[in-house]
Amino acid sequence: MSAPRRSSFIELSARERAAALLDAGSCRELLGPFARLKSPWLPLQGIVAQADDGVVLSRGRIGGESAVVAAIEGAYQGGSIGEVSGSKIAAALELALRDCERGRPVRPVLVLETGGVRLQEANLGLAAIAEIHAAIVALRRHVPVVGVVAGLVGCFGGMALAAALCSRLIVTRQARLGMNGPEVIEQEAGIAELDAMDGADVWGLMGGEQRYATGLADVLVEDDVEVIAAQVRDACSAAPLPRTEQVDEFRRRLAGIDPQRPPSPRALRALWARERQP
Amino acid sequence: MERLQFSYPARQSVARRVHVGVVGSGDLEVLLEPSADGQAHVSINTSVEGFAAVWQHVLDRFFGRFDGAAVIEINDSGATPGVVLLRLEQAVEALRE
Repeated sequence: MSAPRRSSFIELSARERAAALLDAGSCRELLGPFARLKSPWLPLQGIVAQADDGVVLSRGRIGGESAVVAAIEGAYQGGSIGEVSGSKIAAALELALRDCERGRPVRPVLVLETGGVRLQEANLGLAAIAEIHAAIVALRRHVPVVGVVAGLVGCFGGMALAAALCSRLIVTRQARLGMNGPEVIEQEAGIAELDAMDGADVWGLMGGEQRYATGLADVLVEDDVEVIAAQVRDACSAAPLPRTEQVDEFRRRLAGIDPQRPPSPRALRALWARERQP
Repeated sequence: MERLQFSYPARQSVARRVHVGVVGSGDLEVLLEPSADGQAHVSINTSVEGFAAVWQHVLDRFFGRFDGAAVIEINDSGATPGVVLLRLEQAVEALRE
């Protein structure tokens, strides 16, 4: 008996991921590699720039409705957000917002594969990330903003905040989501705090399954192109109360934790179990 | 980082532009588009310095089989010669699709 055929979403490039989420034949890339919107800062620091600065913007349709996908290429500079790549995402969201305000809804989808800000571009990258945050908050009043964290990089730093702001966040088991990446935690707090090489510990703390089980992600999916595309389609039509508007609920959750005696990943699942959520 | 330029004679025109690859570790991206002057021109941005002779050999071999008048930009993050050739051939394949 043969298993049903699956095709990996994780293994796709950002360009392929964006196309895979849009209805067949509807994908049209904006500001592609031949626009040559490269980072002006990386070559000055001896680093080869990619022609699209690692962000793919594609317009098209999702479930027949107008949509825009911004997909970050994790293989280029760790998916880091620089001035250009961040501005591309922010501008796409702002244009979608303008269309929404004019009564022409555009469904935004973010495919997040990023270590966060690009350190070589420092404040310029951070400023772009702030613009992305503001655009998500403005846009989600009109349409659900859907985030996808598939893996292999994960989603960290300021872009983890962007993920948290999304109306709906879809993760795989391979995904990781957190403010600081495991290597940063190990370096800053010591190996006794977290061994970045220990996959079980890292995923127990910030893996997609844990984030879903503790209510910090909305949908846990298999790494399959069709499954993820279907979840994005469904997520586009559902608008739950964003996590960042559930302030009292999250205050209550934090109050239940003693920072001097942090709970194990398993204990946190019991404490912050999905079933207890409103 | 090093910038390199090469030119080759060409016999056929190139109909459209194609893009393949990613500037990831050990990989590269290739941007290939029609050339206006009937020749092939290659500009390379590479993270690894001091390998101009190796690039020359790889391109000599590639243009031994490809005679399109193309402007090719290569952004390289330390790919081996084999990977470079595969990406160039992938670009030519995409051109024919």
